[in-house]
Amino acid sequence: MALLESLAMLFYEFFKIGLFAIGGGLATLPFLNELQVRHDWFTPDDITNMLAISESTPGPLGVNMATYVGFKNCGIIGGVVATLGLIAPSIIIIIIIARFLRKFQDNPYVRYAFYGLRPASAGLIAAAALDIGKVVVFSGTVSFASASAFFGALDLKGILFGVLLLVLTNIKKLKKIHPVFFIAFAAVIGIVFRFGGV
Amino acid sequence: MVLKEILDLFLIFARIGGLTFGGGYAMLPMLQQEMVEKRKWATEEELMDYYAIGQCTPGIIAVNTATFIGHKIKGIVGGIFATLGVVFPSLVIISIISAFIINFATLPVVINAFAGIRVCVCVLVINAVVKLYKSAVVDKLTLVLFLAVGLLMLLTPVSPILLVLLSGAAGLGIQLIKAKGAKK
Repeated sequence: MALLESLAMLFYEFFKIGLFAIGGGLATLPFLNELQVRHDWFTPDDITNMLAISESTPGPLGVNMATYVGFKNCGIIGGVVATLGLIAPSIIIIIIIARFLRKFQDNPYVRYAFYGLRPASAGLIAAAALDIGKVVVFSGTVSFASASAFFGALDLKGILFGVLLLVLTNIKKLKKIHPVFFIAFAAVIGIVFRFGGV
Repeated sequence: MVLKEILDLFLIFARIGGLTFGGGYAMLPMLQQEMVEKRKWATEEELMDYYAIGQCTPGIIAVNTATFIGHKIKGIVGGIFATLGVVFPSLVIISIISAFIINFATLPVVINAFAGIRVCVCVLVINAVVKLYKSAVVDKLTLVLFLAVGLLMLLTPVSPILLVLLSGAAGLGIQLIKAKGAKK
């Protein structure tokens, strides 16, 4: 019974994400952050780890995260149920839209709504990016008590490496390199320089 | 016969899902090759339409596009099986990786590797946000919406669902007022 309840909850939460995350790719990210706060299903670190895994394996972030969260909490069946929850709204909506494709695309009201939805989606993802950035820039808890406490919490290794990567990934010649190589490089740097502090 | 066609749909999309790294846009060249050139299941224009709609409907682009093409070929059942096919490889791969992470997460080498990776992920997300920003923020009003939604999300516990609904309404309202103004 407890398992059935957890499965229903997984399906429901990921169904909601599938219904409201618009724009593909990282669009599920802010919703995952919010889900993390409400449920004890995974940690904030799990989200960034899964982002890295999603960049290095086939499959979109949303699907991977649903599989991971479901698996972690209810085993293989949990992974399947959470993923089905995530894709169910898309299947329903797309099948409906497919029936009047042209009309949907040319409808001015749809276009008008997306004029507002696009910057909102970008804003949500930017906020999620800052949340991830906070973990990279500060080691431990951020303190504004004094200047020395604030600067003491800064993770200089992480910041330096982040800036380096930001430059590298934006060099034109390197842009064609698949992100998986940057991720592998970052893993090696993390191990060599003990980024985790252990 | 119908069963075989549906199985085919599932397998073809499973292959595409298993070979595209990086989600939605990475899938486009594969779809062009498989769907347009090889099987003639869809035209180039249709594929573009599917992408455009996939981008502006809820859900993941890869999932939405699979549903579209499956639906076109074999109706609702086709849509469902093409979609199940496209997510199937992820489901298998991530289940295996999850078991690994959960069992090895406490090893120092894994902790250090993921701490390094986290920096890289942060940078990749920043790059993605910059790209998104450029295509979404086209004037002062969209800039205001971008900032308002971002700050509300950062500083208040408001639900992202509510922000999405309000922004859609705001876009609709702003454009309707503009359209009315233009008519006069």
